[in-house]
Amino acid sequence: MNQILPFPAQASSTAGQVDLLFLVILGVCTVTALGVIFAMVYFGVKYRRNSNADRGDRLNKRQHFWIEMVWFLGPIPIFLGFFVWASALYVEIYSTPPDALEVRAIGKQWMWKFQHPEGQREINTLHLPVNRPVQLTLRSQDVIHSFYVPAFRIKRDVLPGAYNRVSFTPNRVGEYKLLCTEYCGTAHSRMRGRVVVLSQADYQQWLGMRGANPSPPAAGAALFRAYGCSGCHFGASQIRAPSLVGLYGKPVPLASGETVIADEAYLRDSILLPQKHIVAGYKPRMPSFRGQMDEGDILDIIAYIKSLEDGEGAYKGYVDRPGGDRQYRDWDGAARSQLNPERNYPPRPTPGTDPTVDPGVDP
Amino acid sequence: MTDTSATVSRPTYLAARGQLRTWFLTTDHKRVAWLYLVTITVFFFLGGAAATVMRVELATADGDLVSSDSYNKLFTLHGIIMVWFFLVPSIPATLGNFLMPLMIGAKDVAFPKLNLLSWYVYAVGGLFVFFCLIVGGVDTGWTFYTPYSTMYSNTYVVAAAAGVFVVGFSSILTGINFIVTAHRLRAPGMTWTRLPLFVWANYATALVMVLATPVLSISLLLIMLERVLGIGIFDPELGGDPLLFQHLFWFYSHPAVYIMILPGMGVVSELITCFARRRIFGYTYIAASSLAIAVFGFLVWGHHMFTSGQSIYASMIFSLLSYFVAIPSAVKVFNWTATLWKGSIVFKTPMLYALGFVGLFMLGGLTGLMLAALAVDVHVHDTYFIVAHFHYIMVGGMVTAYLGGIHFWWPKITGRMYPEGWGKFAAILIFVGFNLTFFPQFLLGYMGMPRRYHSYPAEFEFLHVMSSAGSLTLAAGYLLPLFYLTWSLRYGKQAGDNPWDAAGLEWQTTSPPPTHNFHQIPVVTQEAYHYPVPARGPDHD
Repeated sequence: MNQILPFPAQASSTAGQVDLLFLVILGVCTVTALGVIFAMVYFGVKYRRNSNADRGDRLNKRQHFWIEMVWFLGPIPIFLGFFVWASALYVEIYSTPPDALEVRAIGKQWMWKFQHPEGQREINTLHLPVNRPVQLTLRSQDVIHSFYVPAFRIKRDVLPGAYNRVSFTPNRVGEYKLLCTEYCGTAHSRMRGRVVVLSQADYQQWLGMRGANPSPPAAGAALFRAYGCSGCHFGASQIRAPSLVGLYGKPVPLASGETVIADEAYLRDSILLPQKHIVAGYKPRMPSFRGQMDEGDILDIIAYIKSLEDGEGAYKGYVDRPGGDRQYRDWDGAARSQLNPERNYPPRPTPGTDPTVDPGVDP
Repeated sequence: MTDTSATVSRPTYLAARGQLRTWFLTTDHKRVAWLYLVTITVFFFLGGAAATVMRVELATADGDLVSSDSYNKLFTLHGIIMVWFFLVPSIPATLGNFLMPLMIGAKDVAFPKLNLLSWYVYAVGGLFVFFCLIVGGVDTGWTFYTPYSTMYSNTYVVAAAAGVFVVGFSSILTGINFIVTAHRLRAPGMTWTRLPLFVWANYATALVMVLATPVLSISLLLIMLERVLGIGIFDPELGGDPLLFQHLFWFYSHPAVYIMILPGMGVVSELITCFARRRIFGYTYIAASSLAIAVFGFLVWGHHMFTSGQSIYASMIFSLLSYFVAIPSAVKVFNWTATLWKGSIVFKTPMLYALGFVGLFMLGGLTGLMLAALAVDVHVHDTYFIVAHFHYIMVGGMVTAYLGGIHFWWPKITGRMYPEGWGKFAAILIFVGFNLTFFPQFLLGYMGMPRRYHSYPAEFEFLHVMSSAGSLTLAAGYLLPLFYLTWSLRYGKQAGDNPWDAAGLEWQTTSPPPTHNFHQIPVVTQEAYHYPVPARGPDHD
């Protein structure tokens, strides 16, 4: 098929399905277009002025109505078919497969930086193992870029304001073009790279050759100390700031009365925009690290925070229970329930006021 | 205004030509149409020149003719000029201005002074663009995506955005004028179901102009405020969201696609009926389709953002609605084709343009079905496939319809005929040049060639060379009418009042029409397109 049509190589598990869907739509469109063009030519010749064709017996109102209904309603089931098929494939491309190899990609004017789960970093080239699902977490350091590998039929915009993800399973060993497809300034057209798909064994060997880098959580742990985060967020000093152990993915009660889930976006905001979400019971003391950490450092620190698991998976601090009770969860995750919050704990902070009672005192 | 019966002895609206003051202070809708015609022609060739330089640059894979920065400024200039200074005003402000009152039997538009003001507003917007061009240009692309436009571009973004901001008000004024004109100034007997489809299409366009353009104005104002004052609406560092801009921008710019194509559909309905000498097939359905497009056009903006990171469910809803908006367009194509059935067809230049429009618009629309399919769009989004798709609609569709309309109404506007042989030659040249330019771009896009690339991988070179060759053909095709139409102003043969034997009210008055359009206010007793019907059998359609 690739010899006849100018298709790029099919090198991912979904590439063939995208091409098949495209060809089916192309087929329906071609038949429609040829039909209309044939009708125009045929009528144009037959009913040219001064021809002898019979022009009597046009349609009556009823016949006309049904013709209109045919071409008004006729496309709907076909369109619905396209819609359902294409949507199912789209959901597959943009959802997370289990057991995916998680690779980070950072776009910046005008280069791509990648980091593998075991710490190996590379620029403008991405080495991947064949037949293993890959999930890319994409982030931009400056303007919007877009990560596009035509051979995989995947594309995802790379934003400065959010983490985007895209998944694919390379299924053919080889080297494929990586292109930026969102206009990003002067050298947009040179923001190109390549994706090298290796056999599993070659990939392991490649990782081994590049294995000197610390993994993201390990690098993050070092950064966590280097930037001084540990001074407030670790060990005994948790009085001034919430502990981060087991925080990831859990709901966090805020001073405003809202609750947010501690996902990557929340953690990132808390580092760069610490005044945006004040955790209930804490003073807004934290300085912003905006302009001090690059996107890679932030991702490393987030990876480190994600790695801080605790036994019960509980967040330490005040947690709102259904019914309005407040409950304190300790460092070790043991929930000290049934305590009377009125007696032991500070009143629920109201928005706009500083909590005056230090919340970290253990009852 | 004086008694219209006195106009019998009055000269045409073109009399006292030569006195510039009478042109620049005119409130005659026909003269305002001329002001627009001349200015948008200047912009069309300026935007076209930018495109030609780009295509020559792209004839080789390396960026060797102009620098990357210059290339980026060229495609930005091309986009801004062609969208806001040519396509949006093209048919409404020239043919629409000239014909709306004539077609409904009115003396002028509802607000003649507002009409002139809209041209001045347009001209001021144009001056901003010229200023921006002279001091160094702008490189954001016509889409002004944040945060590139607000924080990273080192070019004259504020001047360009201000120009587009200003020109938006000209659209709004034209839109208000058309809506009120259609409601209030129809001649006795000109009921809504007797309105020519050109008027219906411009009416639907005017609704979109009035409702959508303010959103563009706000978005551009925010861009300017963010760039100058750093207010942080779109800057993630300040808690803003760059995707918010895309939502705002496309909330205008998708409906704007219909601002740019609906009037072309109106022109084609007039042309096909006249040269097939036949009542339009499915009048009600075509008119209703225009309104359906105007309404549904507001609900599909998110299909420009399938890869942006908007929610998967939002994308699915926008995909489904995009399929729905294709249906009224399909209905129109089928009805135009059916209008040829049992007609009496003659292939004059305007008819060649009209048939070319149907074919090219259809290809643009059908490739839109591929883009509405989510997984396919993920692959071809922001590639040359998109570029080809919207040029089939905007250039293959709208510019073709515009030229067809200019040729068709040229005898009414000027009183003289264009040279038919040159006209047919140019129409065929444009059709061939257009397809040679843009069809290879579909192939390039599916192969993975990204848009807005100054240099590109060498494997794409062959198709790029074809496209560049086509663009030069197309440029020659567009220059021809400029010359022979100008020539015909003086040397064209006298046209007479109704050289096409056409049915519309505009053909019932003299060519060129008198200042107040009609010697007597017409009374309408028939539906539009009352061409002779066959002698026997049912004759509904």
